[in-house]
Amino acid sequence: MARTVWDSSVGKKTVMAVSGLIMLLYLVAHMIGNLKIYFGAGEFNHYAHWLRTVGEPFMHYEWTLWLVRVVLVVAVVAHATSAYQLSRRDIRARPSKYVHKKRGASYATRTMRWGGIILGLFIVWHLLDLTTGTVHPGGFQEGHPYQNVVDTFSTWYGNVVYIVAMLALGLHIRHGFWSAAQTLGAGSRSRDRALKTIANVLALLLTAGFIAVPVGVMTGVVS
Amino acid sequence: MKLTLRVWRQKNADADGAMSTYEVDGISADMSFLEMLDTLNEELILSGDDPVAFDHDCREGICGACSLVINGDAHGPERTTTCQLHMRSFRDGDTIDIEPWRAAAFPVVKDLVVDRSAFDRIIQAGGYVTAPTGAAPEAHATPVPKPDADFAFEHAECIGCGACVAACPNGAAMLFTSAKVNHLNVLPQGAPERETRVLDMVARMDDEGFGGCTLTGECATACPKGIPLFSITSMNKEWLRATRRSGKR
Ligand code: HEM
Ligand code: SF4
Ligand code: FES
Repeated sequence: MARTVWDSSVGKKTVMAVSGLIMLLYLVAHMIGNLKIYFGAGEFNHYAHWLRTVGEPFMHYEWTLWLVRVVLVVAVVAHATSAYQLSRRDIRARPSKYVHKKRGASYATRTMRWGGIILGLFIVWHLLDLTTGTVHPGGFQEGHPYQNVVDTFSTWYGNVVYIVAMLALGLHIRHGFWSAAQTLGAGSRSRDRALKTIANVLALLLTAGFIAVPVGVMTGVVS
Repeated sequence: MKLTLRVWRQKNADADGAMSTYEVDGISADMSFLEMLDTLNEELILSGDDPVAFDHDCREGICGACSLVINGDAHGPERTTTCQLHMRSFRDGDTIDIEPWRAAAFPVVKDLVVDRSAFDRIIQAGGYVTAPTGAAPEAHATPVPKPDADFAFEHAECIGCGACVAACPNGAAMLFTSAKVNHLNVLPQGAPERETRVLDMVARMDDEGFGGCTLTGECATACPKGIPLFSITSMNKEWLRATRRSGKR
């Protein structure tokens, strides 16, 4: 059955949809967690520490965190691989272009592809910046995420990279959430308005929620 | 009306093609688009040139033979087939670009004619029902609920023209395939092959080199028969159901 799914364009699209929805679920939690930055260093750092102790005493220190990380890595790899393979197939299937171009015909396809590439690059940069500290602009301190975040958003490029990526995320979710519903067979004429509304609200909330953090640092509310 | 036509000319499948420009005069607004091309071809024949090859058959919008991408739109600016498009949709002095369907799975045979036999092979893979031959059964022997009959009929309207493929930026045949799958899968007559039909037709569609669906919706906008985009959603649902069931066997 796994073979049938991976070998079929419809199946691969299902992998995209499911992995996308897993990442979406994570992002909602991540966004809400980030907003704790507005309640000061104590609460934010405490929250970050709690992420490592969730599930104790059943789970050992950091087990839950690593479980989530593994699921996310699997989701990102599955999503990116199927996106790449599906896009290759799509481009091969349409080798000659029309002489008379029609504008806007491939808007959704293009925003998903370019948006996806931007998000992929962002994920790498983001991990190197705030998880490992490799490209962090200040003196990166493990266990002090509040200060690390403030340092990142005290540079102009930190803000630009982050805000551009979050706008791309909004567009990606706007088409992606609705698409995933169609891919999984959950869409219909009568549900379409509701699905589109949910997609727009999710996209807007996530983008605004994530961008609120650099805006907080830029305006000095968070420092 | 006097028009300038820019038409894709290509000698055969292997030759390189290019747009050629022609002037046609004396076109009536009541002519169909194909009659306008007939006028051009008469002139070409009289002057000893090769007429423009294009597909057509019924000329009444039911057979699916006519094609043509007109000014970038499959079947032109109205939501109908090219044979049912009339010249009143254009204005005197217009320049009209006419190109063949473009997709890897629909190679150009000559000029505006493409080979759509990939569709036939998708149909062969599952677009049929097993029916006992012999006398026609009683019309009410197999009851079909009205909503199912309506759903089947909506999808049965597909004439297999391929405009959906031509309009899709990925050259995908999802709308065509879903119309055919849904039409038969909802009916009791189609039930014995419900799972194999969708699995085999989708696999054939992939093998023919059509692209995948990115839900841009260009197909449903171009479809002269109004097959809805949700047709694809319904087929995805059928495909997932069939995959789950065949996994259990
Ligand atoms: C590694 C970074 C990413 C890449 C390269 C990427 C790329 C893509 C592409 C190209 C598509 C359209 C594919 C197609 O239909 O052919 C897509 C769809 C989608 N993406 Fe992403 N994306 C990325 C990150 C994300 C993230 C972080 C989310 C979480 C919200 C997400 C959620 C979705 C969803 C829900 C879909 C719709 C699936 C469907 O159409 O059924 N993606 N992605
Ligand atoms: S779905 Fe519409 S556009 Fe596609 S082949 Fe059928 S009738 Fe033509
Ligand atoms: S020629 Fe038959 S549908 Fe146009």
